[in-house]
Amino acid sequence: MALLASGNVSAAYIPDRDERGGFNFDNVARNEMMSQNGLKFKAAMKTGTTITGVCFKGGVVLGADTRSTNGETVADKNCEKIHYIAPNIYCCGAGTAADTEAVTGMIASALELHRLATKRKSRVVTALTMLKSHLFKYQGHVGAALVLGGVDINGPHLFSVHPHGSSDSLPFATMGSGSLAAMAVFEADFKEDMTEEEAKEIVARSIRAGIFNDLGSGSNVDLCVITADKVDYLRNYECPNERTYVRSKGYDFPPGTTVLNRRNFMTATAATLPVNQIVDIIDGAPEDVASGDAMQTD
Amino acid sequence: MSIMSYNGAAIIAMCGKECVAIASDLRFGINQQQTTAVDMKKIYKIHDHLYVGLSGLATDQATLAQRFKFRHNMYELRESRKMRPETFANLVSTMLYEKRFGPYYAEPIVAGLDATNGYKPFITGMDLIGAMAPTDNFVVCGNNEESLFGVCESMYKPDLEPEELFEVIAQCILAGVNRDCLSGWGGVVHVISKDKVITRTLKGRMD
Repeated sequence: MALLASGNVSAAYIPDRDERGGFNFDNVARNEMMSQNGLKFKAAMKTGTTITGVCFKGGVVLGADTRSTNGETVADKNCEKIHYIAPNIYCCGAGTAADTEAVTGMIASALELHRLATKRKSRVVTALTMLKSHLFKYQGHVGAALVLGGVDINGPHLFSVHPHGSSDSLPFATMGSGSLAAMAVFEADFKEDMTEEEAKEIVARSIRAGIFNDLGSGSNVDLCVITADKVDYLRNYECPNERTYVRSKGYDFPPGTTVLNRRNFMTATAATLPVNQIVDIIDGAPEDVASGDAMQTD
Repeated sequence: MSIMSYNGAAIIAMCGKECVAIASDLRFGINQQQTTAVDMKKIYKIHDHLYVGLSGLATDQATLAQRFKFRHNMYELRESRKMRPETFANLVSTMLYEKRFGPYYAEPIVAGLDATNGYKPFITGMDLIGAMAPTDNFVVCGNNEESLFGVCESMYKPDLEPEELFEVIAQCILAGVNRDCLSGWGGVVHVISKDKVITRTLKGRMD
């Protein structure tokens, strides 16, 4: 058994295979075989998105829409695209939804450990360097397009990061499918050294430009205002797309409407498929839904 | 043809008042040609207050269900407690994202009650590489998501009692699969509340 280098007698901790980080490529050969047999791959959820950010006097404002799409279908009408990185840093994500969530989560946890080790507030450039080196390593296959903003010892910072790992340091930034619509707003009306209220207004307007002019973006406006001494995460700052077609009474289905299947299945799986029963849960008791104890046939 | 519609599935989860419901269809088909079984379990119990539904390729549904149960069992042994639904959803998400570049072809729905937080309902959908979409109303997955979304958008109401929620989710799954060749053959519904689980199988079209 391996010993620690310090001479400590306890064995070095070797994590289970399931606990180690990094990607796993076990299924690649099988999936390749399936695609050669004529089965098509399924695309992952993309966030057709409008995300923006702007620097103002003393801070940054980040903004995002809240639509998540799966092809032409809206998969989530009110998702969160402004991710936590550190208490003083947040990051908007566009592109493949799982990639933006995973990459921001990974950097958030790495920075938390870094803060504990260094006992200093995180800097925005640290987050930027970690993000872009990860993205560059994966050569664009990790499909995350980000707008990173925060306030640190050197003042407010705003960066945009592309999926291949390049980045820009800008006074205002837009990303995602709605970036053109949003950029038009900034190009027309951006001023240096805006007040917080002016900055919130222009960011909200740029997100609205995306929501109403880009089909991949929609629903609500989320904002995040970061200054040296506070963070305001303004979830659903504006909701310009409330439902207009709700049936006032809703649909009523009195108990007993649905026809139940009262035939018991006689196949081998009958034991695993409970039919028309209510199972009482006794707290802590290790009973099984399928076992047949403590159940009452409807 | 897409791998995701090789076997066919339709799954819905909904939040009610201090309860959650999860429903699936029962068809197991092969290659859009034949129906091989009409009583296929697509919803798996993790513990009394936590269920996971899996749509997509049947072989990956089975593998994932076993790996989820295994990981939950290990957690329970190590921590002497059961997983909160949110914890479990994060586990599912990281397990799927680990295979980002060689994924399992299955999309999960997690539905459960959080016993540490007054049995608060929790449901979330996910794509095949683990992008979570938690909501407080309903989530759907399967090869005919559009029709499932349609019926749920019009028939769902918030704060329903367990028996009312059962009727709504049952009608949604039956109506949702009505225009879907790849799923149907009736359905199964679990309504999970603090002290009981209602499990019923629904009669549906058999064609």
